Amino acid sequence: MALNRDFIGRTFPPSEPYEVSRVKIREFADAIGDRNPVYRDPEAAKAAGHPDVIAPPTFPIVVSLGGPAIVDPELGLNLAMVVHGEQHFEYRRPLQAGDVVTCTSTITEIKAIGNNEKMTIETDITTVEGELIVKTFNTLVERGA
Amino acid sequence: MTAKVKYSDVEVGTEIPAQTYQIDRLNLVMYAGASGDFNPIHWRESFATQVGLPNVIAHGMYTMAQGGRFVTDWVGDPGAVVDYGVRFSAPVVVPDEGGAALEISGKVEQKLDDNKVVVALTARSNDQKVLTRAKAVVRLA
Repeated sequence: MALNRDFIGRTFPPSEPYEVSRVKIREFADAIGDRNPVYRDPEAAKAAGHPDVIAPPTFPIVVSLGGPAIVDPELGLNLAMVVHGEQHFEYRRPLQAGDVVTCTSTITEIKAIGNNEKMTIETDITTVEGELIVKTFNTLVERGA
Repeated sequence: MTAKVKYSDVEVGTEIPAQTYQIDRLNLVMYAGASGDFNPIHWRESFATQVGLPNVIAHGMYTMAQGGRFVTDWVGDPGAVVDYGVRFSAPVVVPDEGGAALEISGKVEQKLDDNKVVVALTARSNDQKVLTRAKAVVRLA
Protein backbone atom coordinates (compact mmCIF):
# COMPACT_ATOMS: atom_id res chain seq x y z
CA MET A 1 0.00 0.00 0.00
CA ALA A 2 1.32 3.44 -0.91
CA LEU A 3 2.66 5.44 2.00
CA ASN A 4 1.30 8.90 2.66
CA ARG A 5 3.59 11.34 0.82
CA ASP A 6 2.43 14.14 3.14
CA PHE A 7 4.88 12.66 5.66
CA ILE A 8 7.94 13.54 3.58
CA GLY A 9 9.88 16.19 5.49
CA ARG A 10 7.88 15.71 8.67
CA THR A 11 9.84 15.99 11.93
CA PHE A 12 8.45 14.32 15.03
CA PRO A 13 8.71 15.68 18.58
CA PRO A 14 11.73 14.43 20.58
CA SER A 15 11.30 11.05 22.28
CA GLU A 16 11.19 10.67 26.05
CA PRO A 17 14.72 10.78 27.54
CA TYR A 18 16.51 7.41 27.48
CA GLU A 19 19.25 6.72 30.02
CA VAL A 20 22.10 4.60 28.67
CA SER A 21 23.13 2.13 31.38
CA ARG A 22 26.13 -0.14 31.93
CA VAL A 23 23.79 -3.12 32.29
CA LYS A 24 22.05 -2.50 28.95
CA ILE A 25 25.36 -2.01 27.15
CA ARG A 26 26.68 -5.28 28.60
CA GLU A 27 23.49 -7.11 27.67
CA PHE A 28 23.78 -5.81 24.10
CA ALA A 29 27.49 -6.69 23.87
CA ASP A 30 26.70 -10.20 25.15
CA ALA A 31 23.93 -10.54 22.57
CA ILE A 32 26.24 -9.68 19.68
CA GLY A 33 28.98 -11.90 21.14
CA ASP A 34 31.49 -9.08 21.54
CA ARG A 35 33.83 -9.61 24.51
CA ASN A 36 35.57 -6.21 24.26
CA PRO A 37 36.19 -5.04 27.87
CA VAL A 38 35.43 -1.38 27.03
CA TYR A 39 31.76 -2.45 26.80
CA ARG A 40 31.68 -4.02 30.27
CA ASP A 41 34.52 -2.90 32.52
CA PRO A 42 34.59 0.80 33.56
CA GLU A 43 38.29 0.55 34.42
CA ALA A 44 39.15 -0.86 30.98
CA ALA A 45 37.07 1.88 29.39
CA LYS A 46 38.89 4.56 31.42
CA ALA A 47 42.24 3.07 30.48
CA ALA A 48 41.17 3.43 26.83
CA GLY A 49 40.38 7.11 27.43
CA HIS A 50 36.60 6.93 27.90
CA PRO A 51 34.83 8.35 30.98
CA ASP A 52 32.75 5.16 31.43
CA VAL A 53 31.89 2.02 29.47
CA ILE A 54 31.01 2.85 25.88
CA ALA A 55 28.42 1.21 23.65
CA PRO A 56 29.15 -0.80 20.46
CA PRO A 57 28.75 1.10 17.17
CA THR A 58 25.31 -0.38 16.40
CA PHE A 59 23.90 0.18 19.91
CA PRO A 60 22.18 3.45 18.90
CA ILE A 61 19.54 1.31 17.14
CA VAL A 62 18.31 0.31 20.62
CA VAL A 63 17.61 3.94 21.37
CA SER A 64 16.18 4.89 17.99
CA LEU A 65 14.18 1.74 17.13
CA GLY A 66 10.49 2.23 16.51
CA GLY A 67 9.48 5.70 17.50
CA PRO A 68 6.65 7.92 16.39
CA ALA A 69 7.82 8.15 12.78
CA ILE A 70 6.62 4.67 11.86
CA VAL A 71 3.58 4.05 14.05
CA ASP A 72 1.33 6.92 12.96
CA PRO A 73 -1.65 5.17 11.28
CA GLU A 74 -1.93 8.10 8.85
CA LEU A 75 1.40 7.06 7.34
CA GLY A 76 -0.07 3.70 6.30
CA LEU A 77 3.00 1.56 6.99
CA ASN A 78 2.26 -2.17 7.32
CA LEU A 79 4.96 -3.25 9.77
CA ALA A 80 4.41 -6.95 9.00
CA MET A 81 5.68 -6.30 5.46
CA VAL A 82 8.67 -4.16 6.44
CA VAL A 83 12.27 -5.23 5.95
CA HIS A 84 15.36 -3.25 6.84
CA GLY A 85 16.89 -1.84 3.66
CA GLU A 86 19.85 0.25 4.77
CA GLN A 87 21.33 1.56 7.99
CA HIS A 88 23.93 4.25 8.47
CA PHE A 89 25.45 5.93 11.53
CA GLU A 90 27.50 9.12 11.68
CA TYR A 91 29.19 9.33 15.07
CA ARG A 92 30.38 12.41 16.91
CA ARG A 93 31.41 10.10 19.76
CA PRO A 94 30.31 6.69 21.13
CA LEU A 95 27.28 6.52 23.38
CA GLN A 96 28.43 5.87 26.92
CA ALA A 97 26.90 4.78 30.21
CA GLY A 98 25.25 7.72 31.92
CA ASP A 99 24.23 9.52 28.73
CA VAL A 100 20.61 10.64 28.83
CA VAL A 101 19.47 11.08 25.26
CA THR A 102 16.46 11.90 23.14
CA CYS A 103 15.76 11.05 19.50
CA THR A 104 14.43 13.54 17.02
CA SER A 105 13.34 11.89 13.77
CA THR A 106 12.52 13.26 10.35
CA ILE A 107 11.13 11.32 7.40
CA THR A 108 13.43 12.48 4.63
CA GLU A 109 12.31 10.30 1.74
CA ILE A 110 9.42 8.12 0.62
CA LYS A 111 9.46 6.62 -2.83
CA ALA A 112 8.24 3.66 -4.82
CA ILE A 113 10.78 1.09 -5.99
CA GLY A 114 8.87 -1.27 -8.24
CA ASN A 115 6.10 -2.77 -6.10
CA ASN A 116 7.85 -1.76 -2.89
CA GLU A 117 7.81 1.44 -0.91
CA LYS A 118 11.05 2.80 0.47
CA MET A 119 11.22 5.25 3.35
CA THR A 120 14.22 6.88 5.01
CA ILE A 121 14.14 8.23 8.55
CA GLU A 122 16.94 10.45 9.81
CA THR A 123 17.32 10.60 13.59
CA ASP A 124 19.48 12.85 15.73
CA ILE A 125 20.42 11.26 19.04
CA THR A 126 21.20 14.15 21.34
CA THR A 127 21.93 14.37 25.06
CA VAL A 128 19.40 16.25 27.16
CA GLU A 129 22.17 18.84 27.55
CA GLY A 130 22.02 19.36 23.77
CA GLU A 131 25.14 17.51 22.56
CA LEU A 132 24.62 15.68 19.26
CA ILE A 133 26.16 12.20 19.66
CA VAL A 134 25.13 10.30 16.56
CA LYS A 135 22.97 10.75 13.49
CA THR A 136 21.24 7.63 12.22
CA PHE A 137 19.78 7.00 8.78
CA ASN A 138 17.31 4.14 8.67
CA THR A 139 15.86 2.98 5.36
CA LEU A 140 12.86 0.68 5.54
CA VAL A 141 11.32 -1.20 2.66
CA GLU A 142 7.67 -2.16 2.74
CA ARG A 143 7.28 -5.13 0.45
CA GLY A 144 4.41 -4.83 -2.02
CA ALA A 145 1.62 -7.38 -1.96
CA MET B 1 41.33 6.53 22.77
CA THR B 2 44.00 4.61 21.01
CA ALA B 3 43.61 2.67 17.84
CA LYS B 4 46.18 -0.09 17.67
CA VAL B 5 46.53 0.16 13.88
CA LYS B 6 48.71 2.99 12.59
CA TYR B 7 47.60 5.13 9.67
CA SER B 8 51.12 4.97 8.27
CA ASP B 9 51.03 1.15 8.34
CA VAL B 10 48.08 0.76 6.00
CA GLU B 11 47.71 1.38 2.30
CA VAL B 12 44.78 1.37 -0.08
CA GLY B 13 44.24 -2.34 -0.65
CA THR B 14 45.47 -3.49 2.76
CA GLU B 15 43.39 -6.54 3.62
CA ILE B 16 41.89 -7.37 6.99
CA PRO B 17 41.88 -11.14 7.54
CA ALA B 18 38.49 -12.81 7.19
CA GLN B 19 36.63 -14.00 10.27
CA THR B 20 33.77 -16.45 10.49
CA TYR B 21 30.98 -15.88 12.98
CA GLN B 22 28.65 -18.73 13.86
CA ILE B 23 25.01 -17.69 14.32
CA ASP B 24 22.53 -19.87 16.14
CA ARG B 25 18.90 -19.31 17.13
CA LEU B 26 20.02 -18.53 20.67
CA ASN B 27 21.98 -15.55 19.36
CA LEU B 28 18.86 -14.20 17.68
CA VAL B 29 16.74 -14.68 20.80
CA MET B 30 19.37 -12.85 22.85
CA TYR B 31 19.57 -10.10 20.23
CA ALA B 32 15.78 -9.74 20.19
CA GLY B 33 15.80 -9.22 23.95
CA ALA B 34 18.76 -6.86 23.99
CA SER B 35 17.58 -4.74 21.07
CA GLY B 36 13.83 -4.82 21.68
CA ASP B 37 13.17 -6.08 18.12
CA PHE B 38 10.80 -8.99 18.69
CA ASN B 39 9.65 -9.45 15.11
CA PRO B 40 8.81 -13.19 14.98
CA ILE B 41 10.59 -13.65 11.62
CA HIS B 42 13.74 -13.76 13.78
CA TRP B 43 12.69 -16.61 16.06
CA ARG B 44 9.46 -18.34 14.99
CA GLU B 45 9.93 -20.57 11.97
CA SER B 46 6.23 -21.08 11.23
CA PHE B 47 5.73 -17.32 11.05
CA ALA B 48 8.81 -16.75 8.91
CA THR B 49 7.78 -19.34 6.32
CA GLN B 50 4.20 -18.06 6.34
CA VAL B 51 5.40 -14.60 5.22
CA GLY B 52 7.46 -16.12 2.41
CA LEU B 53 10.90 -16.47 3.98
CA PRO B 54 12.88 -19.72 3.64
CA ASN B 55 13.30 -19.99 7.42
CA VAL B 56 14.03 -17.82 10.45
CA ILE B 57 16.39 -14.99 9.43
CA ALA B 58 18.86 -12.98 11.49
CA HIS B 59 18.07 -9.39 12.36
CA GLY B 60 19.79 -7.19 9.80
CA MET B 61 21.17 -5.22 12.73
CA TYR B 62 22.66 -8.41 14.19
CA THR B 63 24.58 -8.94 10.95
CA MET B 64 25.58 -5.28 10.93
CA ALA B 65 26.77 -5.64 14.53
CA GLN B 66 29.09 -8.50 13.48
CA GLY B 67 30.55 -6.22 10.81
CA GLY B 68 31.05 -3.58 13.49
CA ARG B 69 32.78 -6.10 15.73
CA PHE B 70 35.02 -7.14 12.84
CA VAL B 71 36.11 -3.53 12.35
CA THR B 72 36.54 -2.67 16.04
CA ASP B 73 38.52 -5.88 16.70
CA TRP B 74 40.89 -4.84 13.91
CA VAL B 75 41.23 -1.19 14.87
CA GLY B 76 41.37 -1.93 18.62
CA ASP B 77 39.21 0.97 19.77
CA PRO B 78 35.43 1.07 19.18
CA GLY B 79 35.60 4.82 19.78
CA ALA B 80 37.64 5.15 16.58
CA VAL B 81 34.63 4.42 14.36
CA VAL B 82 33.33 7.71 12.98
CA ASP B 83 30.93 6.44 10.34
CA TYR B 84 29.38 3.05 9.55
CA GLY B 85 26.76 2.15 6.97
CA VAL B 86 25.43 -0.94 5.20
CA ARG B 87 22.79 -2.05 2.77
CA PHE B 88 21.05 -5.33 3.55
CA SER B 89 21.13 -7.28 0.28
CA ALA B 90 20.05 -10.75 1.39
CA PRO B 91 18.88 -12.26 4.65
CA VAL B 92 21.08 -14.53 6.77
CA VAL B 93 18.97 -17.68 7.03
CA VAL B 94 19.38 -19.41 10.39
CA PRO B 95 18.02 -22.98 10.51
CA ASP B 96 17.25 -24.60 13.84
CA GLU B 97 19.86 -27.29 13.30
CA GLY B 98 23.38 -26.06 12.65
CA GLY B 99 22.63 -22.36 12.46
CA ALA B 100 24.47 -20.22 9.92
CA ALA B 101 28.02 -19.13 9.28
CA LEU B 102 28.70 -15.48 8.50
CA GLU B 103 32.05 -14.74 6.89
CA ILE B 104 33.31 -11.17 6.97
CA SER B 105 36.41 -9.76 5.36
CA GLY B 106 37.60 -6.21 4.83
CA LYS B 107 39.90 -4.04 2.84
CA VAL B 108 41.19 -0.49 3.17
CA GLU B 109 39.49 1.26 0.28
CA GLN B 110 40.59 4.84 0.75
CA LYS B 111 42.87 6.95 2.95
CA LEU B 112 41.33 10.21 4.09
CA ASP B 113 42.83 13.15 5.98
CA ASP B 114 43.06 13.31 9.78
CA ASN B 115 44.27 9.65 10.01
CA LYS B 116 40.94 8.34 8.79
CA VAL B 117 40.51 5.41 6.41
CA VAL B 118 37.52 3.87 4.67
CA VAL B 119 37.20 0.12 5.29
CA ALA B 120 35.02 -1.76 2.79
CA LEU B 121 33.47 -4.92 4.21
CA THR B 122 32.33 -8.08 2.48
CA ALA B 123 29.83 -10.25 4.36
CA ARG B 124 28.68 -13.61 3.06
CA SER B 125 26.47 -16.37 4.31
CA ASN B 126 25.35 -19.47 2.47
CA ASP B 127 27.20 -18.30 -0.69
CA GLN B 128 25.32 -15.01 -0.80
CA LYS B 129 26.42 -11.46 -0.19
CA VAL B 130 24.30 -10.39 2.76
CA LEU B 131 25.61 -6.83 2.97
CA THR B 132 26.51 -4.48 0.15
CA ARG B 133 27.90 -0.94 0.28
CA ALA B 134 29.17 -1.88 3.75
CA LYS B 135 31.74 0.71 4.76
CA ALA B 136 33.18 2.01 7.98
CA VAL B 137 35.29 5.11 8.43
CA VAL B 138 37.77 4.69 11.27
CA ARG B 139 40.39 7.01 12.72
CA LEU B 140 43.70 5.20 13.07
CA ALA B 141 46.62 6.01 15.33
